[in-house]
Amino acid sequence: METLWFCLVAVMVAMYVLLDGFDLGAGAIHFLVARTDEERRQVIATIGPVWDGNEVWLLAAGGVLYFAFPLLYASGFSGFYLPLMMVLWLLILRGTSIEFRNHIRSAVWTPFWDSFFSLSSLLLAVFLGAALGNVVRGVPLDETGYFFEPLWTNFRLGDHTGILDWYTILVGATALVVLMMHGSLWVQLKTEGPVRTRSARVASTTWWAVLILTGLLTMITFQVQSQVVANFRTWPAGYILPALAIAGLAGVQFELRRGKELNAFLASCAYLLGMLTSVVFGVYPMVLPARNPMYSLTISNAKAGDYGLKVGVIWWIIGMILAAGYFTYVYRTFAGKISANSDHYSHGD
Amino acid sequence: MGSALDVHRLHFAFTVTFHYLFPQLTMGLALLIVILKTVALRTGDEHYNRAARFWAKIFGINFAIGVVTGIPMEFQFGTNWAEFSKAAGGVIGQTLAMEGVFSFFLESSFLGLFLFGEKRLGQVGHWVAAFLVFLGSWMSGYLIVATDAWMQHPVGYHRLPDGQFALASFWQLLLNPWALGQYPHNMLGAVQTGCFVMAAVGSFYLLARRDIVYGRTFLRLGVAVGIIAAILQLVPTGDIQGVLIARHQPVTLAAMEGLFVSQEGAPLAILGQPNVSQRKLNNPLEVPNMLSFLTYRKWSAHVKGLDAFPEQDWPDTVELLYYSYHIMVGLGTIFIAVMGLAAILLWRKKLFESRWMLWLLMLCAPLPYIANTAGWMTAELGRQPWLIYGIMRTAHGASPRVDAGSAWFTLIGFMGMYTVLAILWLFLVYREIEFGPEPKVHSIEDSPVPVAGD
Repeated sequence: METLWFCLVAVMVAMYVLLDGFDLGAGAIHFLVARTDEERRQVIATIGPVWDGNEVWLLAAGGVLYFAFPLLYASGFSGFYLPLMMVLWLLILRGTSIEFRNHIRSAVWTPFWDSFFSLSSLLLAVFLGAALGNVVRGVPLDETGYFFEPLWTNFRLGDHTGILDWYTILVGATALVVLMMHGSLWVQLKTEGPVRTRSARVASTTWWAVLILTGLLTMITFQVQSQVVANFRTWPAGYILPALAIAGLAGVQFELRRGKELNAFLASCAYLLGMLTSVVFGVYPMVLPARNPMYSLTISNAKAGDYGLKVGVIWWIIGMILAAGYFTYVYRTFAGKISANSDHYSHGD
Repeated sequence: MGSALDVHRLHFAFTVTFHYLFPQLTMGLALLIVILKTVALRTGDEHYNRAARFWAKIFGINFAIGVVTGIPMEFQFGTNWAEFSKAAGGVIGQTLAMEGVFSFFLESSFLGLFLFGEKRLGQVGHWVAAFLVFLGSWMSGYLIVATDAWMQHPVGYHRLPDGQFALASFWQLLLNPWALGQYPHNMLGAVQTGCFVMAAVGSFYLLARRDIVYGRTFLRLGVAVGIIAAILQLVPTGDIQGVLIARHQPVTLAAMEGLFVSQEGAPLAILGQPNVSQRKLNNPLEVPNMLSFLTYRKWSAHVKGLDAFPEQDWPDTVELLYYSYHIMVGLGTIFIAVMGLAAILLWRKKLFESRWMLWLLMLCAPLPYIANTAGWMTAELGRQPWLIYGIMRTAHGASPRVDAGSAWFTLIGFMGMYTVLAILWLFLVYREIEFGPEPKVHSIEDSPVPVAGD
């Protein structure tokens, strides 16, 4: 039962990264692909009706984590206190920027919010990457099941790690370029005109950075977290996950050259899915590895009561079917490309 | 500078109080917008659609702030209240996770369609979108009330050997009598905020002699729904709430009422200041025997005062609890009077000409916010000193590794951020009201990019 919930939480996190990933990425490349106010409106219009639903995956995943693995939620969230609060501030800033940008047409108001939108998207990509890096590397948990990580210590992988060290910074940087690629593929898919052309260029440039960083990070991760090596040895079938990531990444380049925008975006999704599932597979059955392996939180010591987990499966399935329905409907309603001068689904008479 | 525990408490209290300023309006407005859309659909009168569109813009701004200030709430259980989350996550995590899965997905998906999809969806489709946004936000309200209800009156759980709480009955958790009692009371409070704000904007337009037709519609709807909500707020829902507290939290009742000494035929204190050190109510204005009657339906019933309980089980801020409760009840009474008067004038077709009444309605707009806040303060201060009533003390729930300094740092960060949000909110809402409901050329309506808060 706890393995099932481990997988379900992983599914929700993966959905979050695939979906909110493209709108964070769109924010990070905002100034690279859009020069004029019209073009910037165009970029924001590609994510406008959906960003918020995408972000709900984070909230829902957080909620599910809370009830399925209470100890993980308590220990992880209080241990990552400072960076999590900063993530919250960035989420507030970002949401406000997207929502309020278009209320006033002014040469001061819109660039002001554009800057905060882009900056907060960029920083969130780095922070979320660094968070993932922390989970893979392990945190200084002790016998009480708690820890408190400062933002940084000496940037080394010792016993007294900070949130930021060379490894987590590397993961953060990788996350940024990956989401920039993902986001530019989305913007390319959803726009036409100069924004589309520039997005295609950003996508093919970042692709090389993604390739190099992915290779580098994979090698390093095998050194940093021994569990990953062990798991792939025990269950060789797991190699299908990194294979998916490699196929996805190759697919992005292949489809980009053929000019198939949707396929390129989907290939990028496959890459992200492959990477995330590889990581999750690699740390299983731990949910939060400790620097001292004795104190790691695992699915069995962090889980909630069995009855609750069983009931949860029922409503989770119902809820996910409903959510899948809403998302399909919304994405179909807002399907199609957005031009620079269209009236963007406005209401009014 | 206060212990870490105090700062954690202030942290949650501040962020949740600020957050709830926005959902209380959007939940109330959601209902009123559905009514406007329904009238538009049934009569085919475009006026009501334009009125709904105007309120949808105000709704959108409030919803956006509600969303961004709501995200921190979900995380704070873990960041600041780790011991509590570790123990109780298996139970209250259920309702919180369900809120994400059932309400947030629904709301966030259909809000964008509601705000920007009117042309694409057609009139019926747009009504459905409005209704689903309403449904999502009211469901969200229920799941949060149910979460709080478990802390007020824990049911449907058992304790594991390691001290953690595990769910024993899903339906008991979901249908907690406390939640069933509190939910209507809470939602009526939200409806009142929506009605008072709508009536205030209507009054403003009539007083300013502009957008008269819209002003009248807003007043009609705000007052008609407002008077119903104001009465139901007191009876039966307020009364039910009182009986629940008397039964399950008698010490809280004593503190709320400022009843220090147990007695038969206890009086109801209308005014007065609790003096905790001398164990008495200073300068009281009391209605004899009334508290006994309200609580037990008998004029001479015995009501336990604070002296019947060990002091360590008293709510730790008796004065604040007493004032919060009295402000809530006092304002609730004023609302019945104001809305009642407005309703009579409306019925006799004199409301639109009674400028004094319009002034009164306009100036009342902030009061339901105060009443709702005071109501939640009553509920949560009344729960003290318990985090989970009767089982886990607040003092044992905070995060052991997050010290006072870190909590101060983030609390001040939130205060700064929320101040900016509040200024932006005032500015943007004022702009919409000033701009008015009448469609004009080159309005922001002509070219908004579709964006949606959830």
